[in-house]
Amino acid sequence: MDTVLFIIFATVAVVCAFNLVLQKHPISSALSLIGVMGSLAVLYLLLGAEFIAMAQVIVYGGAVMVLFVFVIMLLNAGSEKSSSKSWFANVAGIPLLLAFVALLGFLIRSVLPPMRAVEFGSWVGGKAEQIGQMLFTEYLLPFEVVSVLILIAILGAVVLAQKEID
Amino acid sequence: MHLPPVPLSWYLILSAILFALGVAGFIYRKSVITVFMSIELMLNAVNLSFITFSYHLRRIDGHIYSFFVMVVAAAEAAVGLAIILTIFKNRGTLQIDEVDSLKL
Amino acid sequence: MNFFLVSLLKIAIVFAVFMSTLAYLQWIERKVLGHIQSRTGPLRVGPHGLLQPTADVIKLLTKEDLLPPFVNRFFYLLAPFIAVSLSLIAISIIPFGPEINIFGVRTYMQISDLNVGILFVLAISSISVYGVALAGWSSNNKYSLLGSLRSSAQMISYELTLTLAIVSPLLLNNHLSFREISDSQAGFYLGFIPRWNIFQMPFPQIFAFLFFMIAGFAETNRVPFDLPEAENELVAGFHTEYSSMKFACFFMSEYANMVTITCVATLLFLGGWHPLLPGVIANLVGPVVFLLVAAVLFYHALQPARKRDRFTFPIFGLAFLVLAIIFAIPPFWPVLTPLFWFVSKVGILLFVYIWVRGTLPRFRYDQLMHFAWTFLFPCALVNLLATAFFVAVFGK
Repeated sequence: MDTVLFIIFATVAVVCAFNLVLQKHPISSALSLIGVMGSLAVLYLLLGAEFIAMAQVIVYGGAVMVLFVFVIMLLNAGSEKSSSKSWFANVAGIPLLLAFVALLGFLIRSVLPPMRAVEFGSWVGGKAEQIGQMLFTEYLLPFEVVSVLILIAILGAVVLAQKEID
Repeated sequence: MHLPPVPLSWYLILSAILFALGVAGFIYRKSVITVFMSIELMLNAVNLSFITFSYHLRRIDGHIYSFFVMVVAAAEAAVGLAIILTIFKNRGTLQIDEVDSLKL
Repeated sequence: MNFFLVSLLKIAIVFAVFMSTLAYLQWIERKVLGHIQSRTGPLRVGPHGLLQPTADVIKLLTKEDLLPPFVNRFFYLLAPFIAVSLSLIAISIIPFGPEINIFGVRTYMQISDLNVGILFVLAISSISVYGVALAGWSSNNKYSLLGSLRSSAQMISYELTLTLAIVSPLLLNNHLSFREISDSQAGFYLGFIPRWNIFQMPFPQIFAFLFFMIAGFAETNRVPFDLPEAENELVAGFHTEYSSMKFACFFMSEYANMVTITCVATLLFLGGWHPLLPGVIANLVGPVVFLLVAAVLFYHALQPARKRDRFTFPIFGLAFLVLAIIFAIPPFWPVLTPLFWFVSKVGILLFVYIWVRGTLPRFRYDQLMHFAWTFLFPCALVNLLATAFFVAVFGK
């Protein structure tokens, strides 16, 4: 059952990622990205990461992508006009990308030690309590620094997007 | 019908494919919003890697790193989109090929 | 195999009850609003308008299902699908009662008990913003776009307050699953004050309950926050260009969101299915209420205001009498009493929703956003800090 779920949602993720790269209109790319994030959330659930899966949907799918969709609607971003790309990118782009993926695949299969198979339910260590435990004991400093980072981001966004006072 | 369980390397290969697609989108696309979305795709692929290794090593540290990547990506999206709004206000275009000089 | 069959049966029952509740919630709203405004609501279709939802369903199904010419077709058709499917999925983690044992089958009164149930509800409410945003944008219509942008901005602003108001009682209960949260609200202080979260020491969550209800009104686009779909301001907001079944989808999703928010409020703050009174009296409140309703119906049947009531009121009175007898049978108490308490709490909160709709005027949009960001959000933060402080100092 988990194999079937993995195959379905991995296919959905790859198809949506292709769609993101190939679509002309930004809003279709945005919705494809939401599809990628949703299927990745299901894959996280298969790997036992229930808190991160929900956080992925809430933070990425429900906040970051809403921001993207808002900006696309506000700016009325239209379809992209195709312009001349460089000769090198046209000819050697896709083969180089395929070579990159092949190299990564080869490294994963040969260099890394043999890894276990994924069985849903064999590890239940991804609960909210354990993440909370780690966040407030071992990773307390990064947690506090990240909250300052969010404050800086809020200030930056407000300053950059405010109306000019003439 | 009982299918064999999925080996963990398949998750890593999926992560590599998504990362490569993100790189392709980043290099090929002309609209600055789509370029930004390709960056988010790359970050998601890396998150998948973190969670996979966390499952393999049976440690929760991968989840924490993934959590921080998510937070940083959210902050970056907020500021980046504000910058995009400013570019649109000043240049009137969203194609990165036309934003190629510091002078307006 | 047994698990799958039981789950299928639960899904069928919950779905059937939920869909008929949505239909009759609309009847209740129209009647209550009518009586608040000194008029009767629907009266003609069936006794006291009880068949009005059926008439509405037939009307919506048989209306012309048009596709306006210049819309973005894929997103136009996707938006109501997202809205209605997400709203209906959210009912799957709401527990209606404790673990029950029927004919030897032990099962929860809940379709699935997620460990992170609260996060699931938050995720659903975050994603349902897309239904509204895409509906307005794809309709190729100024009013729809404005309405949908306003509605999405309102929904994501009030989501902050909603989340903070949800987190505060979680500090008292230490669990993310709805069943555990309800179970930790069992019992009574001093023998008669229930340990619901709004009464629970060390910090009664009454403010969090208020903030949750206010944010819930805004999340579901209900008065006083319904400017995005106000008839007299924006034609019909984001669902202007939708007709027949697609409009019915948005309609259903609004009522389903209302029911979900009130169920979550009941579970988080009002103790879920745990009764108000201790002991055996809790089991007898249901039959007493039904007997009172039957008595009122029989009394009014003696001097009916309308000729038809001479026949319909005694029938309803008889139905309530039968219900009272069913709820008073002791072997049924483990199943029926929690259900009665849960449904009556949810019903009271839904009545408050409708009552507020008939009473309060609408917020202007800038007042609405100002209220969210400068008042509700800081207040919810202060409530969270106070709760955390009291829990840290006085313990659980």
